[in-house]
Amino acid sequence: MRNFFILLKHELRMLLISPTTYIAAVLFLSLMGFLYWAILRGMVNTPEESLPIVQFLKIFWIPVFFVVPLLTMRSIAGERSSGTLDTLMTTPTSRVAVILSKFGGAYIFYMLLWLSTLSFPYIAAKFFPSAALSGSLLELAPIIGGFTFLALSGILFISIGIFASSITRSQLVAGMLSFTTLFVVIIGGQQLANISASGAELSLWASETINYLQIFQHLDDFSRGVIDTRPFFYYTSTGVLLLGLSTLVIEAKA
Amino acid sequence: METIPSIRVENLTRKFGAFTAIQNVSFTVNRGEIVGFLGPNGAGKSTTMRILSGIMPATSGSAWVGGTAVAHDPHKVKQRIGYMPENNPLPDDMRVVEYLRFRARLKGVSRRKLRETVQDVMETCDLARTARRKIIGTLSKGFRQRVGIADALLGDPEVIIMDEPTIGLDPHQIQGIRKLIDDLRGRLTVVLSSHILPEIERCCDRVIIINRGRIVASGTSDSLREEFLPGNRFELEVEGSERSVAEALTAKGIEAEILEKTAAEGNILHLTLRAEGNGELGPQLIAALNESPDCTLRSLAPRVPNLEEIFLAATKRSWEETIDSSKAKPASADTP
Repeated sequence: MRNFFILLKHELRMLLISPTTYIAAVLFLSLMGFLYWAILRGMVNTPEESLPIVQFLKIFWIPVFFVVPLLTMRSIAGERSSGTLDTLMTTPTSRVAVILSKFGGAYIFYMLLWLSTLSFPYIAAKFFPSAALSGSLLELAPIIGGFTFLALSGILFISIGIFASSITRSQLVAGMLSFTTLFVVIIGGQQLANISASGAELSLWASETINYLQIFQHLDDFSRGVIDTRPFFYYTSTGVLLLGLSTLVIEAKA
Repeated sequence: METIPSIRVENLTRKFGAFTAIQNVSFTVNRGEIVGFLGPNGAGKSTTMRILSGIMPATSGSAWVGGTAVAHDPHKVKQRIGYMPENNPLPDDMRVVEYLRFRARLKGVSRRKLRETVQDVMETCDLARTARRKIIGTLSKGFRQRVGIADALLGDPEVIIMDEPTIGLDPHQIQGIRKLIDDLRGRLTVVLSSHILPEIERCCDRVIIINRGRIVASGTSDSLREEFLPGNRFELEVEGSERSVAEALTAKGIEAEILEKTAAEGNILHLTLRAEGNGELGPQLIAALNESPDCTLRSLAPRVPNLEEIFLAATKRSWEETIDSSKAKPASADTP
């Protein structure tokens, strides 16, 4: 455990001194800022039922597709191809600590990125005090719910990236692998639901399973304040499973 | 009490699918020894070193470091070993002192002793004044190598394993690294592999030659010389023909074999002789050639075979043996 903190500190330090971190952050924040602005603009023209922050969180998948692979593809594949994974393995450090520190570093950064988007509603409220007064910009409940969802789903997304990075020595392959897997996980569940909705009769267990995988449904529930244990279980268990597999992979492929 | 050897390896075998990287490798290294690991590319040096340092499991056989079995308690073994992998991978965007502190913490150096430990190894490796705050990516190859060795020394290991520490260095840097290894003599057990044979010969107490995954020779360079290249060797410069030299020697009853012949300018010949005999052989040769009317001796020097020749002889012999044992085509290797 002691080594985990040393490694995590090292990971965060490397993130801090690496230019890629700042590039990813600038790209992420400018894209998200633009989208938030677009949502606010759309609300001015046509009245909407849902709050801007809820609409904003609905497009969480856009940054996930590029930020998660960018953040994680280097983590293990890069160390393996440069050989520093070997030197790490010669120290009395457990494999679990290595994987967890990689996950921890990427996850903390991912969450920091999302938390910094909270500045958007604050900036908007500063410029449009009337809207803020009506409570539609800074309503706390959907923010808490939405960010709980982001924190939970982040566990799964980052572990997908870490796993993809652990099975190859090429960063490019790792990046593409995590991108496609994320695509299948996020969009695939919705598409399956669409198939069943378009008339095909599914057996009860199949539709139950598909419901279980509805990431967008989870987001809806969370931002409406319905904190369900099923998605909680889904994200954490799959995340832990993937991290466990990554540990086995680096143990076997050292 | 019997002292436990620093490293003991018994019948170590490692297979990668159908390919056998090392087969039944056994050796011991005693405390404080500096042992050189020699072998052509792909002979299994790195594999053996990686198994010893606990990165890679062996297919069969056992290895002990300081009395602890590597397979049984790799964690403890890693605390006792400082390992510098081939090509010495380092993170390019860290500073030397930051990197060494990070490594020291990972190797279990306590926070209180951190500063002191890192300062010590940096001084041993001559990094403290020149390269302390430099970014590793900007360092020259010699300094990178020093950082790798400093890293291996951290955490007070009993055994240092270095895979090709002098590869790609210029002669000055090689000398520096050799001095560094000399300084470690007696304090630590050092195992190093290299292609640069004179280096190994100069700084190692003992040599282990490995070829095609098997140990083909092991011992001090003197004992290897006896085993693989027996007899005395002389280099002669003679005016006259090869035949006249041979006749002059047989006339005196000296049994000698001419190994190499190169013609220099005029009718001067460079010859390499191998002859059985004791230390008196040199004067006898001089006398024999002086008495011969057909040839004039220009110079004569005893030649001690260097490790390179031993290495070539040992690996060649093992190749012939493996070819014989696999009942393949008869050995067709020509004498170089």
